[in-house]
Amino acid sequence: MNSETAILDTGTREAIDIDRSKGDFSYPESHKFDAGCGLSAATVDYICDVKEDPDWLREFRHKALKTFEAKPMPTHWATKDLECIDFDVIRYYLSDGVKPTRSWDEVPDDVKETFERLGIPEQERAFLAGVEAQYDSETAYSNVKEELEKDGVIFVNSTEGLHEHEEIFRPWFGKVIPTGDNKFSALNSAVFSGGSFIYVPKGVKVRHPLQAYFRINSENFGQFERTLIICDEGSEMTYMEGCTAPKFETTTLHSAVVELVAMKDAKLQYITVQNWSSNVFNLVTKRGIAHENAEVRWIDCNIGSRLTMKYPGVVMKGRKARGEVISIALANSGQHQDTGAKMIHAADETTSNVVSKSISVGEGRSTYRGMVHIPKHLKGCRNNTECDALLINSSSRTDTYPAITVRGNQHSTQHEASVSQVSEEMLFYMQQRGLSEGEAMSLAVNGFVNDLVREFPMEYSVELKRLIELEMEGSVG
Amino acid sequence: MEAVLERVSVLEQAPERLEDSPAWFNESRQAGWTRFNELPMPSRRDEQWRFARLGQLNFEGVGFPQHEPPAGHRGAAGLEKRAARFGFINDTLNEEEQDLPDGVVCLPLDRALAEHPDLVQKHFMKAETELGSAKFAALHRAHVSSGMFIYIPDNVQVSAPIEVFHWLSGDHIITFPHTLVVTGTNAEVTVVDYFQSDTTALDAWAIAMNDLVAGPGSTLNYLVLQDLCDQARMIQVNNTRVSRDATAKAFILNSGAAWVRQESLSRLEGENAHSNMLSVSIARDGQEYDQRTFQHHVSPRSYSDLLYKNTLYDDSRTVFSGLILVDEGAHYTDAYQTCRNLLMSETAEATSMPGLEINADQVKCSHGSTSAMIADDEIFYLCTRGIRPYIARQLVAQGFSVEAIARLREPALEELVVSFAAREFDRISERLVA
Repeated sequence: MNSETAILDTGTREAIDIDRSKGDFSYPESHKFDAGCGLSAATVDYICDVKEDPDWLREFRHKALKTFEAKPMPTHWATKDLECIDFDVIRYYLSDGVKPTRSWDEVPDDVKETFERLGIPEQERAFLAGVEAQYDSETAYSNVKEELEKDGVIFVNSTEGLHEHEEIFRPWFGKVIPTGDNKFSALNSAVFSGGSFIYVPKGVKVRHPLQAYFRINSENFGQFERTLIICDEGSEMTYMEGCTAPKFETTTLHSAVVELVAMKDAKLQYITVQNWSSNVFNLVTKRGIAHENAEVRWIDCNIGSRLTMKYPGVVMKGRKARGEVISIALANSGQHQDTGAKMIHAADETTSNVVSKSISVGEGRSTYRGMVHIPKHLKGCRNNTECDALLINSSSRTDTYPAITVRGNQHSTQHEASVSQVSEEMLFYMQQRGLSEGEAMSLAVNGFVNDLVREFPMEYSVELKRLIELEMEGSVG
Repeated sequence: MEAVLERVSVLEQAPERLEDSPAWFNESRQAGWTRFNELPMPSRRDEQWRFARLGQLNFEGVGFPQHEPPAGHRGAAGLEKRAARFGFINDTLNEEEQDLPDGVVCLPLDRALAEHPDLVQKHFMKAETELGSAKFAALHRAHVSSGMFIYIPDNVQVSAPIEVFHWLSGDHIITFPHTLVVTGTNAEVTVVDYFQSDTTALDAWAIAMNDLVAGPGSTLNYLVLQDLCDQARMIQVNNTRVSRDATAKAFILNSGAAWVRQESLSRLEGENAHSNMLSVSIARDGQEYDQRTFQHHVSPRSYSDLLYKNTLYDDSRTVFSGLILVDEGAHYTDAYQTCRNLLMSETAEATSMPGLEINADQVKCSHGSTSAMIADDEIFYLCTRGIRPYIARQLVAQGFSVEAIARLREPALEELVVSFAAREFDRISERLVA
């Protein structure tokens, strides 16, 4: 087979294509609140002033800024591409000055149109439990169904969360991911704005997934959202986060921090579909704490961005807690998907599972980094890790770097990884059944990730399959 | 003042000029010394020393052996059928015996340098040390004076193994054992390196290097049996280069020493090159085995397979970090890597970092790592057969190690390794009984 030949025929391409240009637009900037470029103590003060932060938070942000400045880039293990980030040309805060709104009518017209083109039409509200859609730093639209409010579920942006619900917010804020966890969590702690705060009270099972769409819409503007989700004892909820971003000429930084807390017997599932445009640095810190018999699941799909570094983690703090990471990564030319999982076992009989599948297309590079830690004094912990990689072209690249530390008593861990490509026989078989080479390849790749795609809610899995087909276009070789 | 000789630390002593050695060798020693001083000590931030106990890299008071070593040491009995046998005490030759085919060069390094300077120069320390110990490899280059040079010419097969014994004697001493094996086209050889010591060799160090160069179509087997005393420490750097159609097999057994760092690099340079990397480590007390491996596929259609098995007792610790790198264009590579840890106590700790970097397609690569204790069911089953629990556990542990040993596929060598492993298991059993 030859990497240069065999492109999809026009009919097929039209059949599987989605209109990507819908994501490629941006509106003139008219920001009432703009912190300017670069980062200093003054920037942090400016953000605090605009957001009317309490004093403890101002102090927290300043401390975080010092940590950020002190910490070196993790380039001794990570890619050198990180050095291309110029922190001085990034805008760390801007807000269109619009207060979060409840009803659709209050949303400004151009923002409305953005969402319209993103595919969140008004009608969808009917069956979406609540939409928390982020436009730049501030939440522009927020709607929690009445029944959720009746149950006492809090679903607001993080600023509102810390102002209105400080008694729930503050005890967990920055506790799952301490400021000094890494350079980028420190950066986020210093300048965060936006993101969600969710609290599900004891025993409440949220039937529909809660959703938020994030969007970056200003050149050189980094988005630093901060999400904190707390599921109280025996509650259940699923949160979905999806991203698209318009294309810009210079690089954009996205550095979020997401903290999840699952109290005793709670179940918390966090689903991400990341499709930033290919100039975005996506450096995200995500971690959950699972208390006794609780479950935290990360379902993560990375298709876009220039460089993604994301290793969702679960700290299993209570007996019989469970942690799971399911991840799909697709790296096309010019992209590096550096993803993985961290499983910290901190109590007896905890179990964790990591399943990762990556596809490298063209000159794309995908990396799996894993960490499984089982300390000495525990017993009966189990971990299973599987990572499979698929290489499409001869210039594609894939790496796997797990680290597993096990001490002691009746634990078992297993790690498996395999790297393969779509076999010529398989393609030949499908072709003689009347599929073009491109279709056959698309089908094979979708088959490779199929068992994971099924973990996503229906509308996401359909979208995901189409995105994968689109990325595979013209890549056959 | 008493005439006590203050020993100069090995870190401060520049290499002396060796009058009998060729000029290039003396230059190489000087270059090694310069490089050693340029390179920094490994630090926490070095990915290649992740999880390593850097505190073990303590050379305080460690110097060159001052006294003539006592004669007569050799340690293990070794093999009955052998082609040659060499013994060194603290890098000084004390035993020599050989019955080798014509054309084979099998000499202590200093004599090889005198008799075949060009041949040695062509192969001596040609590979970069890529897995973290470059500084110590440079120290080795600066101070190496003895060791073995083994050259098997084209189409010569040495049927029986060549044995080399390295004995460490005295405390606070450092040695630099060196083994260089080169096989010509279609040649064949097996070399066994033994590392042993006095039982009281407190803070004795060995910084060993072994370079294996397997020529086209040749077969090169190399075994390391490491059974140093519990106070000794060792850094061992291996570089293996495998040409087309050649097969290299390297086996490491660890049962002794306080701390061992082993770096094994296999570079597959031709089509149909095969590399087998095997290791069995039996760790007890506070022993620590830190093993780093690298399977580098440069050429398409080459094959490598790695199997490391660790059995951990007491508070022991093992670190395994392995990487398979498939270069661009190295299509149709088959590369496998497996590390299995059997935890025999609640306080032992096993860390595995199996890695893959694939830059080509049409490859078959996999890696796997497991860590677990023996299941209660297995012990229960053996107990129902009238076997006492502690014996049952030992049987399972021995069976676990045998999988890697059996891959040697050479009864005499398997028997030798099994006898070493069995002795270690017996030591542990005795203690359990007492």
